[in-house]
Amino acid sequence: MKRLSAALALLAAAGTSQAAQLDIQITNLTRGSYFTPFLVAAHPGDVNLFSSGSPASASLQAMAEGGDISALVADISAVNASVVENPAAGLLAPGASAFASINTDGAPDNTHLSVVAMILPSNDGFAGLNAREIPTEPGTYIWNVNAYDAGTEGNDEVIGSGAPGEPGYPAPPPVAASSGTGGTGIDASAEGFVHIHRNVLGDDNPTGGNSDIVNSVHRWLNPVIRVVVTVSD
Amino acid sequence: MKQLLFLSSMLLLTACGSNNNDNPAPVAPPAPPPEVTNAGFEVSIVNLTAAQPLSPVTVFIHNVELQLFAIGESASAELEVLAEAGDNSQLLDSVDASAEASGSAPLGPGASESLSLELDGDDTSGLRLTLLTMLVNTNDAFTGINAVDISALEVGQSMTLNGRSYDAGTEANTEAADSIPGPAGGGEGFNAVRDDIADQVTGHGGAVTLDDGLSGSALNHTHRWDNPVAQFRITRTQ
Repeated sequence: MKRLSAALALLAAAGTSQAAQLDIQITNLTRGSYFTPFLVAAHPGDVNLFSSGSPASASLQAMAEGGDISALVADISAVNASVVENPAAGLLAPGASAFASINTDGAPDNTHLSVVAMILPSNDGFAGLNAREIPTEPGTYIWNVNAYDAGTEGNDEVIGSGAPGEPGYPAPPPVAASSGTGGTGIDASAEGFVHIHRNVLGDDNPTGGNSDIVNSVHRWLNPVIRVVVTVSD
Repeated sequence: MKQLLFLSSMLLLTACGSNNNDNPAPVAPPAPPPEVTNAGFEVSIVNLTAAQPLSPVTVFIHNVELQLFAIGESASAELEVLAEAGDNSQLLDSVDASAEASGSAPLGPGASESLSLELDGDDTSGLRLTLLTMLVNTNDAFTGINAVDISALEVGQSMTLNGRSYDAGTEANTEAADSIPGPAGGGEGFNAVRDDIADQVTGHGGAVTLDDGLSGSALNHTHRWDNPVAQFRITRTQ
């Protein structure tokens, strides 16, 4: 009983409870790029999956180079985040949307939202909503999200590996279908820090040139995804 | 019958002219309805691009049900004509709007203009505003405002919005002169064939241009752009 009243007093002191139901829609705004499985997480405000201008973590690198979110999930789960993995059940196609729901009733410290996924085709490009504070007032909020370069791999723009530290980009079927082949590779090296992506270059040669990315199909302009969050009590 | 009687007494009164001192006093006319000031809005547009004229800007104020485009959805035939040719006549003809306005000429790079719209009455509940205009030195790029809620704007209040570029998804982005209606191409505008990579509206990836490696492009580096491509300001004026 004592405990209960203490809890009630805490709630009263806090004024409004942070607990909320979040219904999240993620839309791929690009013309011809896909996103690998998304990680959607509500987490404490002092945690970031990445920081612009700083080197990427190994976990972020695995996501940005190959779409593997397992290490990021482990990292963020260690701080008791509320996590949704892979809401699109695979690749999110151009123009398509994925939906995720998070309830933070049992986790009032999870006040910030992060959403990340790799862009394909790209060497280490990703869309990143980075620890955005979740409004406490019920309503619908629209956030436009930019593309970042993880800075961990040179942007050679040829089909290759999704393993961290190996060159090239992975090309699952729809990405392979829209890519070229036979590119000799752009001479590029890892930048060393997370930054806003300068966009893919691509070329118009389907069987050669220096890039397997197609310039009239795969280029994007920011924002590359739209996150619509509906907050309710 | 009652109405007929009323009418005939009106006629009688009229016939009597001003010499009516001996006639019974006319029935007091019904009180005039309280004066209503029609709600009015001004929409100003700034073209933020370097070398992409915007086709005559089209603005609709409409009800909450209408949405003229959506990411991932196929463009309507009317939107296709606007996005490929800069021709808004089909949209103006087909959209059932509470108020509409159209610019009289293309809006050049760096240029701005204001359009005024007046509603019939002062009820703004549920009202949305949509604006559409083509980037004319492209195959099928457009920008605009997509059904933004203006119902809560008070007189004198305004909101500022940035317009990103969209691809209508109705024409392949060859950038060839014969497929670009603007001054950089001088070619064909509308073509009913839908040959883009997918028949859906998406964000635009920007112009590639000949300078950046697209063979056959009639565009050069000046025709490139970044988002936002236009800035909009909606003001409730009355």
